[in-house]
Order: sequence, then structure tokens, then C-alpha cells
Amino acid sequence: MTGLILAADGVNVAQNVGFGLIAVVMIFAALSVVTTKNVVHAALWLVLVLGGVAAQYILAAAEFVAVSQVMVYIGAVMVLFLFGIMLTRARIGAEAGLNNTGWQLGIPVAVVLFGLLAFVVLDFTEDNTINELGLAETPLVLTGANNEATIEIADRVLFEYLAPFFGMTFVLLAAAIGAIVLARKD
Amino acid sequence: MLAANFLLLAAVLFCIGVFGVIARRNAVMVLMSIELILNAVNLNLVAFALMNNDVDGQVFALFVIAIAAAEVGVGLGMVLLVYRNRRSISLDELSELKG
Repeated sequence: MTGLILAADGVNVAQNVGFGLIAVVMIFAALSVVTTKNVVHAALWLVLVLGGVAAQYILAAAEFVAVSQVMVYIGAVMVLFLFGIMLTRARIGAEAGLNNTGWQLGIPVAVVLFGLLAFVVLDFTEDNTINELGLAETPLVLTGANNEATIEIADRVLFEYLAPFFGMTFVLLAAAIGAIVLARKD
Repeated sequence: MLAANFLLLAAVLFCIGVFGVIARRNAVMVLMSIELILNAVNLNLVAFALMNNDVDGQVFALFVIAIAAAEVGVGLGMVLLVYRNRRSISLDELSELKG
């Protein structure tokens, strides 16, 4: 039912097709992350998922978040993961025993959880469509920086959400110092 | 574009991440699954920003990205410490607190 609606929704065919293609790649890569027998391969599949998420952000008109996603996740977090794998693993190849003994229990949990989430999502969105980004109402004003959303984000972060922003900087500082203290040999 | 598209994709990613957290024994793999979950949440936040035509959701997503980076740093530091002490990062062997 949903699939038919998704395919027949003719608001913006290119957007829908792009979304579908990226979504399929992302789901396949995510399944590979949790099922592969090789830790390094799991990290590389994770890169594909994170890149797919960045592409979806661009489809959702969130360019600044997409660029941040690429820089922070694909640039920094993946390097951290690869370092973590190399520092804790003698072997690079496939290995047994990556799963818990009762790992099958995760399948029904995930399926039931997805059923619940899908029910709620379909219940409250019904057949609502996202209007064409809502940006058409406010024509872009080319004033050097022509990305209204990014300007708006900067305004919010540095005005309304200034206190959380400072809190986050403290968390980052504490995390950086904490990670150094934890990982240091003494 | 249907409003449910992004939310359903995020739900799928979230459930795959939950499965990974339950099924995996290797601590680094569990951290990767947690990254899947956090990305699903971010996708939801951005989708809500799009649905409400307001950038608040994007601001929240940026906060979550920053916190996730901190979480991975501390998490991998802890994994490294566990590995140094026990020569293994299997989570089911960490059972000292079990009664």
C-alpha cells in the first residue's frame, strides 16, 4: 500500500527516485554493518550509510547539516573507528565470534520495534506530502551568501540556542580531555 | 514527496541499529550500531525541520552530531582501556558486576 503511494506520488519525481535509490543503498549497507563478519568491512559499510544520510539531508534541503555530517562523521568519526579497530585487533580478516550467543533474539525485537514505529509514523503523517521545500514562497535574495537556511541556523545557534551551544562546547572539551586521560599509558 | 518517506527510512535504520546493539559482541561493532541509531534520529530531526518549514530541527541535528562525536571519542577510549586490561573487547566477558 505504502509502496504504491510512494511510487505514485508525483509531486517531484526526481526527488522521489533519488530518495528511493539512496534509501535502498543505505538499508543494504546498514544490514551489512550489522551482519558482516569482518570488523573493517563493517566500518567501510558504515561510511556508505553515513554518506547516504548526508545525501538525504541534501534532498531534505539541509545543506549545512549535510556538509557537517560529511566532515564530522565520514572525516573524523570513521578515522576514530578505524584507529579503534586497529588498536584493539591483531587480525584484519574475517573472524568468528562477533555475535552474542543469543543474537537471534535481536531479530524479533527489531521487527516488532519497526512495526510500532511504522504504525505511529503512518498514523500521524497519513497522506501528507511535504510541500516543495516551502522555499518557493521566499525567493532567494542574493547577498553574497545566498543560503537562507544556513544564515537562519547561524542566527538560532548564536542567539536562541546560545546556552545549549556553550554547554555543548563544554561537553566536547570534557570528552576530549576524558578520552586523552582514558587512553593515555602511564 | 510523502512526509512519511524520511521517517520510515529513519525507522528502518533505527531498528537495524537496535538489532546490531543486541546481536553484536564486539564493543567496536556495538559503537557502530549506536552510530546508526544516532543517524536515524538526525534524519528524523531534519525531516521534521522540512515538514515544519523551520530550521530548529536542523539546529538540533547539529547538536546531536557534535554530541555523537564526543560519545565516540570517549567510547573508543573506554574500549581501548578495556582491551589493554583484558586483551579482549567481548562485551559478554565484562561480567564482574553480575551477582
